[in-house]
Amino acid sequence: MADKVFLALQNNPDAQPIIDAVLEDNPGAVLNETPGMVKIDCPGRLVVRRASVEAKLGRDFDLQEIHVNLVSLGGNLDEDDDELVLSWGS
Amino acid sequence: MAKKKLGLKERYAALTRGLDWETTYEPMDEVFPYDRYEGIKIVDWDAWADPFRLTMDAYWKYQSEKERKLYAILDAFQQNNGQLNISDARYLSAVKIWLQGITPLEYVAHRGFAHAGRAFRGAGARVACQMQSIDELRHAQTQLHAFSHYNKYFNGMHNFAHMRDRAWYLSIPKSFFEDAYSAGPFEFVTSISFAFEYVLTNLLFMPFVSGAAYNGDMATTTFGFSAQSDESRHMTLGLEVVKFMLEQHEDNVPIVQAWLDKWFWRGYRLLGLVGTMMDYMLPKKVMCWKEAWEIYWEENGIALFHDLGRYGIRLPKHHEVAGKEKHRLTHEMWTTLYQFGNALGLHTWIPNDEELDWFSEKYGELFDTMYKPRLLYLRELEEKGERYFNNRLPMVCQVCQIPVFFTEPDDPQTQCVRIVEHSGTKHHCCSDGCKDIFEREPEKYVQALIPPQQVYRGEAGGATNIFEYAAWLHLERDVDTGEYRGSPDHQHWLEWQRRHKAASPDEAA
Amino acid sequence: MSIDLKTASIEPIRRTFDHIAARLGPGKSPTRYQEGVWGLQPALNFHYRPTWDPARLLYDPERSAIRMADYDDLVDPRQYYYGTWTIQRGKQQDSQEKNFEFVDKRGLVDSLDEAWQRRLARLVVPLRHVAWAANNNNCYIAAYGYGAPLTSACSMHMMDHLAVAQYVSRLGLLLAGNETTCLDAAKAEWMEDPMWQPLRALVERTMVTRDWCELFVVQNLLVDGTVHPLVFDRFDKLLVAHGGAAFSMLSEFMVDWFAESSRWVDAVIERVAAESPGNAELCTAWVSQWLPRVQEALLPLAGYAFAGEASAMLDGIVDDVRARAAKCGLAA
Repeated sequence: MADKVFLALQNNPDAQPIIDAVLEDNPGAVLNETPGMVKIDCPGRLVVRRASVEAKLGRDFDLQEIHVNLVSLGGNLDEDDDELVLSWGS
Repeated sequence: MAKKKLGLKERYAALTRGLDWETTYEPMDEVFPYDRYEGIKIVDWDAWADPFRLTMDAYWKYQSEKERKLYAILDAFQQNNGQLNISDARYLSAVKIWLQGITPLEYVAHRGFAHAGRAFRGAGARVACQMQSIDELRHAQTQLHAFSHYNKYFNGMHNFAHMRDRAWYLSIPKSFFEDAYSAGPFEFVTSISFAFEYVLTNLLFMPFVSGAAYNGDMATTTFGFSAQSDESRHMTLGLEVVKFMLEQHEDNVPIVQAWLDKWFWRGYRLLGLVGTMMDYMLPKKVMCWKEAWEIYWEENGIALFHDLGRYGIRLPKHHEVAGKEKHRLTHEMWTTLYQFGNALGLHTWIPNDEELDWFSEKYGELFDTMYKPRLLYLRELEEKGERYFNNRLPMVCQVCQIPVFFTEPDDPQTQCVRIVEHSGTKHHCCSDGCKDIFEREPEKYVQALIPPQQVYRGEAGGATNIFEYAAWLHLERDVDTGEYRGSPDHQHWLEWQRRHKAASPDEAA
Repeated sequence: MSIDLKTASIEPIRRTFDHIAARLGPGKSPTRYQEGVWGLQPALNFHYRPTWDPARLLYDPERSAIRMADYDDLVDPRQYYYGTWTIQRGKQQDSQEKNFEFVDKRGLVDSLDEAWQRRLARLVVPLRHVAWAANNNNCYIAAYGYGAPLTSACSMHMMDHLAVAQYVSRLGLLLAGNETTCLDAAKAEWMEDPMWQPLRALVERTMVTRDWCELFVVQNLLVDGTVHPLVFDRFDKLLVAHGGAAFSMLSEFMVDWFAESSRWVDAVIERVAAESPGNAELCTAWVSQWLPRVQEALLPLAGYAFAGEASAMLDGIVDDVRARAAKCGLAA
């Protein structure tokens, strides 16, 4: 199995739409909750899609807004206006 | 004129990468004198791929939002006596280590990244380092502001700036960061952004800060997670620097590998303190060191090294030793801190029965046979009124500066000591990992200031015993130092809890 | 009321950290600024010599010829720690962003005739490189200067200059309909156009200046103290008179920031000079050596924008800088 990438976010109402969007867009993603924080692990690749977050939020979302609630990540990062992708082995 | 829409990457390139130029009135090697001497070969700085492309407008937008939230919480914390909501005042030993040992490092990182932010001749790398430099300043200052309130009510924190440059155990973090800052800019960024932040600080900011949340420390939780969102940017910078060096020239590979070997081990040793904070100083436990090591190193860290395998990078040397030590690291560290408690600006204690059961559950047989009996014996002594203190300063490792107390990788009953000789002088190391580091750069490590030796040379205010030494550190005996039970911190805590409950009957009910 | 009782019954045992209390004297509580900068730089017992400067210590006051008994005296009158700084800048960027949007939406740049657009492009856009050098020079002081109050404020100044460079670059993008042609042309001019060469030579000279206090005086007082008034005040007025009010909106940040940060620049120099006659002499000498060179380097730019009035106008700007230096206690 591919090595896991991960994304960790603060566990607060602002981050919830991002968490929900990530879980929906990445079928292999597993949510791990600890006090104050959630960590989402996913084999090989994980994507955060702007459009999906916007659908949850009901407003425009700039992917760089993720910085406000981001805790940590693991994986090679590639970011453009529409997607933030974490991956290994690409 | 028809307007073109600029994508994130193009916009960033136009606003940042185009700013620099090849100087002609002054030679480039004079303008950038420090980015060649480490032997790293850069063929094409333009190939640098910017991690997180934040321009200053976006940076200010998101950072100001983070700071507004953070200070609103700190204000509320102070106004509402938030210090009374922590699980137990023993928890504050972790805060004390953080303030004394970690906060000062944030300032050093601020300086080190300014150094790297001026040194690289590629504009993309320079800007990423500058942003990290000011972020590190943020971390130093937000931590001071968060801890400032605890300092008003508890001991051991008031003299941190004095101790930072003097105390034997604070030489562990101090020598670590000065080792990095005194290196060249490429090694500095590899050591801090990559080896320390990408590979290892998840262990500090994720499980430990989550533990702080669980123990009711709103102040630490808030700055901790808020700082970690900056760390995510720093980690991607670290990974980019490493990949960039590896892609630029094959001659860079062995240099980078040696740095990864060195800084993995150096960082791992430093994190022994964090592991001990997690296991022993959090009254309510979230995750033990062994579990955190398994998740953040054995799973996530190793995945990262697998990814670097395509460049010819292998796992860092001695990583398997860290794996063997995960069952015992924090227990060996805690008993060491416990015994030298008369020269520490924090309290130590013997864990209660519930905590011992938790250790048994998490660490199994080795704990039950090796460490539990030792802790029970020390408890017995304490109950007889003979609380054990070792009133001499320990022999410390020439490299990591941790007392030479670790045991052999394959034998937890035998102390591990390695002796290296250089120019006719013998130096002691705690492990093969530290010995390798010494032998690669002996001229550097013979310079290290070893606090116990300074004391013997009379350079610690002429102190002749541990109590005079502690006084020279501005530590008040049995107030800042020593056993937790019965300390002023403990007594205050009990009294404040009593009044707090009396004053808030609905909370008590 | 239970809250009052709660607070009243839990008395703090001290007001602040020892090293802060020692500076403030008894009975005083510190500001967050003071707690955030004083005593933050390690002071002694450094473990290793820097491989990049082995003749000196890791933190070494000898990286400048000036001497302070206590470098923590070099405080910032704005009392900026990271939080107050970034929140203030967050507000400013918000307003600056709205200005950019306004100018962009209404096509206000196009309301300026082409000759003036060309002047704007030629005189202002290459300044992104000057601001970039200023960023690097403040980064140098943050890296090799002495004491946290200084390095902290210089690293904010470093990022502020990066923002100036980026706002100027956005003007360049705006002038070219979001193509990079204007930025590319400005870089070519910066590199080759005779009008810019004296300034580029001077700027490159600052980038190899090793005494951090000299660099502070030259960059933050002399170069910024002349370039900003010349471009964002005098040239701005000229543009406004020719239908270029949009430029004022696009440079609002620079104008406000220059006025605000000058207070800090002056306060640092004033405190350095007040420390000793030796320091004052050094600062005076730096002003005397560099200011005529700065003036000379700016003359072609002023000539381009103001033709026959250039010389007198530049004299006026330089006189203002001299007046600032004199107020700081220098005999310049």
